[in-house]
Amino acid sequence: MRLRDYLTRRLFLIIPTFLGITLITFLVIQLAPGDPAAMKLRLSADQAVMGDKVTQDIVEQTRKLYGLDKPIHIQYLIWLKRVVTFDFGNSFKDHRPVIEKIAERLPITIELNLISIFLVYLIAIPIGVMSAVKQGTLGDRIVTVGLFILYSLPNFWVAVLLIMFFGGGEFLNIFPIYGMATPGIETAPLLSRLADHLWHLILPVFCLTYGGFAALSRYQRASMLEVIRQDYIRTARAKGLPEKLVIFKHAFRNSIIPIVTLLGYLLPGMFGGSVIIESIFSIPGMGQLGFEAVLSRDYPVVLAIATIAALLTLFGLLVSDLLYVWADPRISYEAEL
Amino acid sequence: MSQKQRKQSYWRIVWNQFCRDRVAVVGLILVFILFVIAIMAPIIANDRPLVASIDGRVQFPILNKRDNTDWAKLEVSSEVWAVWPPVRYSPTQIDLAAHLMPPGGGHMLGTDDRGRDVMARMIHGTRISLSVGFVAVSIYTVIGVFLGALAGFYGGRVDMIISRLIEVMMCFPTFFLILTVLAFLPPSIYNIMVVLGLTGWTGVARLVRGEFLKQRKIDYVSAAKAVGASDFRIIFYHILPNSLAPVLVSATFGIAGAILTESSLAYLGFGVPPPAPSWGEILSQSKRYIDFAWWLTIFPGFAIFLTVTAYNLVGEGLRDAVDPRLK
Repeated sequence: MRLRDYLTRRLFLIIPTFLGITLITFLVIQLAPGDPAAMKLRLSADQAVMGDKVTQDIVEQTRKLYGLDKPIHIQYLIWLKRVVTFDFGNSFKDHRPVIEKIAERLPITIELNLISIFLVYLIAIPIGVMSAVKQGTLGDRIVTVGLFILYSLPNFWVAVLLIMFFGGGEFLNIFPIYGMATPGIETAPLLSRLADHLWHLILPVFCLTYGGFAALSRYQRASMLEVIRQDYIRTARAKGLPEKLVIFKHAFRNSIIPIVTLLGYLLPGMFGGSVIIESIFSIPGMGQLGFEAVLSRDYPVVLAIATIAALLTLFGLLVSDLLYVWADPRISYEAEL
Repeated sequence: MSQKQRKQSYWRIVWNQFCRDRVAVVGLILVFILFVIAIMAPIIANDRPLVASIDGRVQFPILNKRDNTDWAKLEVSSEVWAVWPPVRYSPTQIDLAAHLMPPGGGHMLGTDDRGRDVMARMIHGTRISLSVGFVAVSIYTVIGVFLGALAGFYGGRVDMIISRLIEVMMCFPTFFLILTVLAFLPPSIYNIMVVLGLTGWTGVARLVRGEFLKQRKIDYVSAAKAVGASDFRIIFYHILPNSLAPVLVSATFGIAGAILTESSLAYLGFGVPPPAPSWGEILSQSKRYIDFAWWLTIFPGFAIFLTVTAYNLVGEGLRDAVDPRLK
């Protein structure tokens, strides 16, 4: 198969996957006990602020929003249209458009995750490479054990421990543990606002990063070990190339390919981590919004977040596959579909 | 060479190889101890004596769930005696007078905000973590093996459909999806197991699919086809045993992952319904008393870490043992 055919095929395959994603979120709507309209009714009943007529109106509105009065295949088509046009309705909680709420929260989550992914790669690749090159030495063994421990540490536990030991109370009070800015800092000069922002980022970013770089370093080490065993590395050594050149030019470049393409697979996990970490540190991002929406059964927000996160990941996987093709001309296009 | 030695089976070799890895064996022993604690939990931590004798009448209060006697007030004399479990508290026994006590004194690991003994809750919490891990991974391994086998064996259109299904599931932020679905369902340990099982199978499916793609071109499959074996037989009797090793390795790591997920869910308040104890739930209490109640954070967190590490160690050992390239 030629490269262009592969790319066309890969792009076309997005369509069924996209339909699958919308179908699953659609099924989740159907799974809701009663239906979202009735749930919303109960929600308003809890708040006990609305009259009978108002609640009835809300039920009607919600039924119309999800098209619940129509046959099921039409309901799905309506949902599909809404996803394509990014029209996820209004939040049950404050009646603001869902997409507006998400747009507000997205930047901070993207910032956290971009910094984390960047740090993950920045730390993981050198550690993995050095660990593989010095395989079997004391240093390698210490690194391997250390990464193993990091990898098994539950991130919410680490977050709570950090808050406990560094966030005031009986122990040290070094880092802020709440939100993204010190109250009242808005009026301060730009530089100190930036410093304050970074200061707030340290703990959450650490929690989001350590698990990823532990896992990735192990992949990098395994990948490097695999490459070092190849014949062309022996050839490079045999023809007398300096070890540095063999490692960094011949081995390293090939070992890094599978690691870079893991990027797309990291994304869903990163968002899961955001849900917990943002909730613990009270960071007003997508993760916290999602968790609050789940708690208050705010279905439009929940479904919009699940759908958008899935679509972003779909995009990430596509980029991963394309990176793979671009980085490694040897791959056979037949096998990897 | 004797007949016996030559017939050493594949799994025998794997076991021998595994035993050479001392760290992995330590992991396996840890897992075993945890299972013993889980099974014996009511005998290890209970507010009723194992055996008691009152005025010559011997009884087993631990078996009698309807017994309302306050055994703690039992006065021991020559006629009255009792044999107690090592931890003399039940995980759900509330004692508001003794709430948030630090470790030491009567409570080895302190008490929570309702005065329940943390040690007793941790011991009984072992049951939740281990059973959720085991059952959830069993569910998704079965699903993953089945779908992966179909995709890899038949290829073509079947593979196309199943591969898309895998891709769709991979796209969802699994943890958030689990939270969402659990929010719809009544809280119960079985729902957690099933939801973890239904969302976790993609890794196994991809693995098995890859194995089957490799295996189906090998001669023994053609031979089985030639003698007229059914597809079912070829898939499950011939190919599957040959591709089971990597599945077992990934299932071991999977259990570690499922235990982590369960404790995160419990931490966020989506775990087993109260008053059942789980490690994540004890940890979630620590949020409110984070200024001083370090024992509510350290102990359950360490238990989760230890269990996850034990399974990961076993997984690593197993992976090295089944992989002939790494010898």
